[in-house]
Amino acid sequence: MRHLLSINDLTVQQAHEILTTAYELDRVSDGQIKKLPTLRGRTIVNLFFEDSTRTRISFESAAKRLSADVINFSAKGSSVSKGESLKDTAQTLQAMGADGVIIRHNASGAAQRLADSGWISASVINAGDGTHEHPTQALLDSYTIARNFERENYDLSGLTIGIVGDILHSRVARSNVLLLRKLGASVILIAPPTLIPVGAESWGATISYSFDDVIENLDVVMTLRIQHERMSNFFFPSLQEYSRGYGLDDSRLSRMKASAVIMHPGPMNRGVEISSSAADSNQSLVLRQVTNGVFVRMAVLYHLLGGPQSATQSEMGI
Amino acid sequence: MASILDAGDISRALKRISHEIVERNHGLSNVTLLGIPTRGAYLADRIAANLAEIESVVPHGTLDVTLHRDDLRLRPPRPLLPTSIPPEGIEGRDVVLVDDVLFSGRTIRAALDALGEIGRPRSVQLAVLVDRGHRELPIRADFVGKNIPTSSLETIRVRLVEVDGADEVIIENQEGN
Repeated sequence: MRHLLSINDLTVQQAHEILTTAYELDRVSDGQIKKLPTLRGRTIVNLFFEDSTRTRISFESAAKRLSADVINFSAKGSSVSKGESLKDTAQTLQAMGADGVIIRHNASGAAQRLADSGWISASVINAGDGTHEHPTQALLDSYTIARNFERENYDLSGLTIGIVGDILHSRVARSNVLLLRKLGASVILIAPPTLIPVGAESWGATISYSFDDVIENLDVVMTLRIQHERMSNFFFPSLQEYSRGYGLDDSRLSRMKASAVIMHPGPMNRGVEISSSAADSNQSLVLRQVTNGVFVRMAVLYHLLGGPQSATQSEMGI
Repeated sequence: MASILDAGDISRALKRISHEIVERNHGLSNVTLLGIPTRGAYLADRIAANLAEIESVVPHGTLDVTLHRDDLRLRPPRPLLPTSIPPEGIEGRDVVLVDDVLFSGRTIRAALDALGEIGRPRSVQLAVLVDRGHRELPIRADFVGKNIPTSSLETIRVRLVEVDGADEVIIENQEGN
């Protein structure tokens, strides 16, 4: 495995390997091991063309715990046109000798473009490209679900996961559906019809337009933020009306199964898609997701950069 | 392919090693056993069972050294194996590392680094089932099941009931005959 661009790049076995590695790293850190020498001498670049707090910090902290050198590149405010700037930036990084590039970009497919372009020889990790995919978020969500429900072998069959909110603009939803289905879970997408993308029926998930109809069946309620920055149109009459229909408020919280858990990829808009009492309830795994994110990203970095790059390439037939 | 140790030989070697551990440490009150996965972990379990019979129960666990290896870049990444340190920790203990085969010594170097991250043992000792020579580092074993002089073209395989269905040590040359 050389790049991680999409959940579709992963076989079920590779996903299991990453999750198992994350678990071992999790257990090792439970003792006092804070820093591992594994990626000493490797250079990892955080190439962020879009705002991010937790993903960038999470990747940075994962890379540092493995002793890699981290360079943060924030391209905010760059006015150069997309294709050109990406190419120029990539060539600069190549000249600087980057071994791994973690890219977040507002254009879907940017990570794929960087990996396929031949501009750089580094491993590319997609940290969110437009409305397309965010594979490490899906890996950490599945990891968090498996740990919570004590699925040692990462088989999630029998669990029903509801993803609620702005599915249309959500790369997190897309990656999550792909991975959760791979691991055997049932997925229900819950949103107003305007926020369900065309073709979502083919993802392998059920679609529901009513949160209230399905909430009692869910083992996991994954709420998503309304992505105003990607909305060029009006998808619902008002935020209040959206929140009434699709927000995880206190009355819906009380109707959830006692064993069910709440997740959110962050950042949360309290009072819109999730109420404060739901976000802070003891059923909420939001902070666990953040903690687990570091272990999962360490595992991804280890699998992509831990070996000789040339050998991994030939082994995977890339 | 030739069998060098059979199940009886392995069990006798582990018994002797167990007695030597008790003797060397004047009892077991300060001893902690750590097996290096995969097979070293099972050998550590067996030695711990012997020690419980001979003298007393000792804390024992496993220590995965993968992330501390110096040959990571030479081979594709390997999945990590479980590490479980006994709750007492290793601070001030006499730690006995257990592995199946001692060869270049690089695994043990990685294990010493991994231990250093966890704490400061009073002493670290090494028990191996087979010492096949060809050291690349100044490392030696304190307790050895059997010394087997080998050619560098040969491979030593330790098979254990827990993973391989049978107990034996075999030697094969590079072509796998």
